[in-house]
Amino acid sequence: MIMNLLADVDIGKLLGLALRTSIGVQAATFALAAVGLNLHYGYTGLLNFGVVAFMAAGAYGMAIFFTQGWLGGSLILAIAAGLVFAVGIALSIGLPSLRLRADYLAITTIAIAEVLRISFRSQRLLDLTGGPFGLPSIEDRNANVSFADVVTVDWNPISDGSYGFWRLRFDDQTLWVMILGWLMVLLATLLIWGLMRSPWGRVIKAIREDEDAARALGKNVFSYKLQSLIIGGMIAALAGVTRALNTGFVETQQFRPQTTFFIWTVLILGGAASVWGPVVGSIAFWFVIIFVEELLRQMVDSGWIPEAILKSNDIASVRMIMMGLMLGALMIWRPQGLVGKKEEAQIDVR
Amino acid sequence: MSDNPVPTSFDTTIGSKKPDPILIVDAMAKTFGGLRAVDIDHLEVQRGIITAFIGPNGAGKTTLFNLITGFDKPNNGSWVFNTSSLAGKPPHLIAQAGMVRTFQLTKSLAKMTVLDNMLLGASKQRGELLRYALLRPQWQKQETEVLKKAGTLLERFNLSHMRDEYAATLSGGQRKLLEMARALMSEPTLILLDEPMAGVNPALVQSLLTHIEDLRDDGVSVLFIEHDMDVIMGISDWIVVLAEGKIIAEGTPADVSKNPAVIDAYLGSAVAEELKDV
Repeated sequence: MIMNLLADVDIGKLLGLALRTSIGVQAATFALAAVGLNLHYGYTGLLNFGVVAFMAAGAYGMAIFFTQGWLGGSLILAIAAGLVFAVGIALSIGLPSLRLRADYLAITTIAIAEVLRISFRSQRLLDLTGGPFGLPSIEDRNANVSFADVVTVDWNPISDGSYGFWRLRFDDQTLWVMILGWLMVLLATLLIWGLMRSPWGRVIKAIREDEDAARALGKNVFSYKLQSLIIGGMIAALAGVTRALNTGFVETQQFRPQTTFFIWTVLILGGAASVWGPVVGSIAFWFVIIFVEELLRQMVDSGWIPEAILKSNDIASVRMIMMGLMLGALMIWRPQGLVGKKEEAQIDVR
Repeated sequence: MSDNPVPTSFDTTIGSKKPDPILIVDAMAKTFGGLRAVDIDHLEVQRGIITAFIGPNGAGKTTLFNLITGFDKPNNGSWVFNTSSLAGKPPHLIAQAGMVRTFQLTKSLAKMTVLDNMLLGASKQRGELLRYALLRPQWQKQETEVLKKAGTLLERFNLSHMRDEYAATLSGGQRKLLEMARALMSEPTLILLDEPMAGVNPALVQSLLTHIEDLRDDGVSVLFIEHDMDVIMGISDWIVVLAEGKIIAEGTPADVSKNPAVIDAYLGSAVAEELKDV
């Protein structure tokens, strides 16, 4: 019976697809956003349930400035504008809510994320954000013109062709964006590593554990929390920019709340408060998601799972159930995540 | 004991003038709903001695601490520390001014090592500023000094062997010691200890008391809260007795233990409690 199953399942395709996704741009995007969230939650203890707001700010900031031709149509400056937008979001969330208890921040962040998404989608901002159609405009998209061309064509130093081996072959454009994406993940991770081994990081960790203790020792807790929110927010904004440059367009669909919770899953899976946790988490997350999805698809297609139980267009939902089960198991048996330190784990179910 | 001029007799009227006050509290009041938790007309705390706040549970001792250190806001009142007014200042600025507190429920940071707890205590660290955090040469020298100071204090408080352990592994008494040592990292001029002896194994109490006396002998003014009369009689230079938010007496341990108001309000209630059990 097992032998028959093995014969029906294409293990090469299964592993190939899963590996391909786990080193792809999407995984880099999630890793980057999780690095930002790690500074917020893992190190500072800020419950940011609106990671996607920072991503949307970065992506839309960049896309709007570029398509409007502001700042001379320079993509670098447009990306910088996206980051500044993210700082603005951090301030508008942080100034009113960081003086309050942690749960108020959680509520504010989740609300801002939705306010931002629905505003971008509104008819009123159609000229600026493209409303429900996103950016670039439909005409540009039909003509295959996008802000991403600057990166994938103008900046691309890799000669045309496809690179790699086996199922891990990528064309030059995808490869170039992958390199850029993972390079940013590396830089952001090194930034966090450097910050957390400084006295600044020491104060941040103290705030995570007990704000009053930090205050009693003369630390300006509010200011540190705001700094953390801004830096982490800018990293998440870079993730949004990467996502937009990868897909070639921005749309409000890309910034729904579930993205926030995927990023939380990535962080907890890898290990909050560990330097490499977000990176390991993102690679593992995408590997498992795609592996389970493809396995189910092949089992449904070859009749191992009867249609009465699962239809192939329901598989995407089942993979979320699997993810939830995995998170639950993690909470029980390994709350510190794959590479986190047990002594510093914040989720403590015992 | 020490060469410090430990006073034996000030004026024992409530709110009396002290020759060199480090802290002066005026017309401070705090109410929680209908309860007047703190209601003080005038209080002066002498520099360079050990002053104890005592009083039964609910007397307002910790509330007074919270008000003075900025952790809670009074309904009205003003207080002056080292000639500068602290009213309305946030806790971190009060700590930076040289008045550092500990907590009744110790706030040792369990997920950080003992050493990191200590390093955190030092004030005015360049490396704590974001703009220098990534530039190690900018703060390396200061960090070395802070490390040295932490080493000395850990030695003094018998915690050297635990320096690389997470603070979570310390016993209750060791946590009290750590919190006190950490507060000293900033070289405060006035240290406020909220029940430093509570929950500490009796064998450690004597050592804690010695540490508190050592602080005074080093020139730090000490203000501490305790509700166990026996503990403080031996080490306090001056005692302020609170009951129901008001100061009902102040004086040396000898004065206070003879004061009928104190015996009535404080010891009396304890005796009454005991009689109830019989």
